[in-house]
Amino acid sequence: MNLKLKVWRQKSATAEGRLAEYEARNIPPDASFLEMLDILNEELLAKGDEPIAFDHDCREGICGSCSLTINGIPHGPVNLSATTTCQLYMRKFTDGQTIYIEPFRARSFPIVRDLIVDRSALDRIQRSGGYVTARAGSAPDGNAILIPKTEADSAMEAAACIGCGACVASCPNASAMLFVGAKVSHLNRLPQGQPERHQRTLNMVKKMDEEGFGNCSNHYECEAVCPAEIPVTVITQLNRDYAAASVSKAVS
Amino acid sequence: MSALDSKIPSGPLDTKWERFKFESKLINPSNKRKYEVIVVGSGLAGASAAATLGELGFSVKCFCYQDSPRRAHSIAAQGGINAAKNYQNDGDSVQRLFYDTIKGGDFRSREANVHRLAEVSANIIDQCVAQGVPFAREYGGMLANRSFGGAQVSRTFYARGQTGQQLLLGAYSGLNRQIAAGTVKMFPRTEMLDLVLIDGHAKGIVTRDLSTGKIQSYAADCVILATGGYGNVFYLSTNAKGCNVTATYRAHKKGAFFANPCFTQIHPTCIPVSGDYQSKLTLMSESLRNDGRVWAPKKKGDKRPPQQIPEDERDYFLERKYPSYGNLAPRDISSRSAKEACDEGRGVGESGLGVYLDFADSIKRLSENVVRERYGNLFEMYEQITGEDAYKSPMRIFPAVHYTMGGLWVDYNLMSNLPGLFVLGEANFSDHGANRLGASALMQGLADGYFVIPYTIGNYLAPQLGKRPSTDHPEFKKAEQETRDRINRFLSIKGRRSADSFHRELGLLMWDLCGMARSEKSLQRALNRIPTLRQEFWENLSVTGGNEELNQALEKAGRVADFLEFGELTCLDALERRESCGGHFREEYQTPDGEALRDDEHFAHVAAWEFNGIDKAPTRHAEQLNYESVHLSTRSYK
Repeated sequence: MNLKLKVWRQKSATAEGRLAEYEARNIPPDASFLEMLDILNEELLAKGDEPIAFDHDCREGICGSCSLTINGIPHGPVNLSATTTCQLYMRKFTDGQTIYIEPFRARSFPIVRDLIVDRSALDRIQRSGGYVTARAGSAPDGNAILIPKTEADSAMEAAACIGCGACVASCPNASAMLFVGAKVSHLNRLPQGQPERHQRTLNMVKKMDEEGFGNCSNHYECEAVCPAEIPVTVITQLNRDYAAASVSKAVS
Repeated sequence: MSALDSKIPSGPLDTKWERFKFESKLINPSNKRKYEVIVVGSGLAGASAAATLGELGFSVKCFCYQDSPRRAHSIAAQGGINAAKNYQNDGDSVQRLFYDTIKGGDFRSREANVHRLAEVSANIIDQCVAQGVPFAREYGGMLANRSFGGAQVSRTFYARGQTGQQLLLGAYSGLNRQIAAGTVKMFPRTEMLDLVLIDGHAKGIVTRDLSTGKIQSYAADCVILATGGYGNVFYLSTNAKGCNVTATYRAHKKGAFFANPCFTQIHPTCIPVSGDYQSKLTLMSESLRNDGRVWAPKKKGDKRPPQQIPEDERDYFLERKYPSYGNLAPRDISSRSAKEACDEGRGVGESGLGVYLDFADSIKRLSENVVRERYGNLFEMYEQITGEDAYKSPMRIFPAVHYTMGGLWVDYNLMSNLPGLFVLGEANFSDHGANRLGASALMQGLADGYFVIPYTIGNYLAPQLGKRPSTDHPEFKKAEQETRDRINRFLSIKGRRSADSFHRELGLLMWDLCGMARSEKSLQRALNRIPTLRQEFWENLSVTGGNEELNQALEKAGRVADFLEFGELTCLDALERRESCGGHFREEYQTPDGEALRDDEHFAHVAAWEFNGIDKAPTRHAEQLNYESVHLSTRSYK
């Protein structure tokens, strides 16, 4: 396959960026999208040009590192439900196609270089409350607290979030509600998460606002691009839990 | 010989850990915060260690090369985590998990360490449940289990096909809580490039900030490496692209012994290689072997589609050769059997390097829906990568490098031969012998971090109070300068080949000559070729850009340079271990029916290598393995 690429190049956080044009030639259809970039980078290096920087690690769709906006959509064409960029294969593109490759764009994700962005805001939200206080050594037997299968499954559904930030990049408001809703729903749906439920919800929403993420106005773009298929019902739960936590705080 | 003191506590095996804990030195709570501990790596072992030590009151600094600690490669583990809970009432016990692990490792691991691992396994599940890890449950609300290779009991706990992810996010949440509490300071996108020794003790590291290129030293009272394995020395593996040997290899060059590097695990169920552009291999969880049947055509070169090959022309080779374990034979044995079938010309797929993993019988027996519920995400992943529907035709699988049992040598305290240098998780050599059983890596990583290091670290730290050097010490300045010089050397070669191209060549060479089967001849060839390749690397490497910026080509160059030295050590270890055991299969040493032939008389030991300089032969030390509780037998899964 031969492709025309328009790739975002930006030397550093403060430098000005631009779309640069490249030809990707003789790309095997069974190559992954990132392997296509590897092939291009080898060519650039051979010419003495600087390769295109992009985040990637596990290349099996679970670490959440890869973060490309492909033809305007985080992780690429949405009709291939639930995929990360690394799990996108070139056979899904057509020979001669022009592909725009940009970073995940959001005010809270400053560009580090080329296609790499700084998503540490997501870590800071997790630090504000995305945990259960459970000291090593203090835990009761794993079967001491029964959890109905349906509850465990629904917690797992929310816990599957890989933290890639595609939800933020796809949202017209750059909202992190799906990301925050996923963690809040995961822990708030389990008995272990109950003691800190209200404080967790309030802290994580507060931190999300401080980090400059927008609010949800029901576009559902996040759900459409989420590689872990997190449903927008976690946002519903986040809103409900936030209301309950606010009331509880007001009357206590 | 005397260089290696394993410090195994005396007394009966099942009381060693209990007594050790009581006899260990404690540190006064108000003194703990006076100790600085460096943890390199934020996977299961690193994150759990940093979180637990932070909680105990130590002042911890944790480093990872990824942009967030949550992305460490533990996250990719699919199948599950073992624990001797015996929730199934099927005959499991600490003793049985211990024995299965020793036997699975082909009697090349330390009894005392493995027993401790089996003992704390149950605590790990409890801890993870308390953190909110959403393990699979039965309808009554109890924890569910599945079976894994190398065991006849069902002791594996799991969270869909994403167990590693959920356990890592659990450890990450604990780490986050400590970061918020101020006991742990996190340094993402930071790579350790050297270990600093002062008077022979590990007292700090030199790092490079991957965003800015800044070289900086950090001093501590001790250093913990939890930096994973070295599978990427083969270039193609199931490891993440960034996984590397640099931290442990740099420590090795500073004097830490590297143990059993030739013990590498080839996982039987991976998606076959499809082309030379390929950047990594993808594992299909071993749990698939619970319901999938492995087979190859009986006839050589049979190119018919699998559905057209009648039942009596199929060879279900694992069931045939190992009737009692069948498709759940351990990884090393399953991998070798698949290789044999392909070597005989019975491989499938375009390359002929593959065998089938067939779910047709299970779909008939259980229905497609049940199979979908159990393995749906794995079938989807298979389809994304290969474009094939495994509900309709069998998966094609082939073995791939997956895990490395070897690692830095550690004693019972998980401390290396360098005082103050601790090594946890896959980075150490301690628990899996010559072959790791499925679902035991997660167990070991978390055991080391949550339940072992918090007890063993005190023995070293207690007498060290107030002895932490400052980074102004000349040893730090020297290590920083060496690191800068090395980077400048990469940048100034200005040759024509990328680091990746050298890495690919090394990987192919390692796979061909030091892969699933090794021989004196193949290893000698590897040992001849690696130094030549390394020389070309230093003459013809091309790294664009500079140091003071985010420069992925430069990062790779540093890692590949270390792999080019380390690969040689792996081959040398494989050459000197003149026996077959577990994942180390020497063609010269096999039984008449092609099974691994151990030589307990000469090789029931750990080989720990001491670095003597590049292009100088390293010294091979041996730690004899003494078996008090188990009887050394020939491993049989028949």
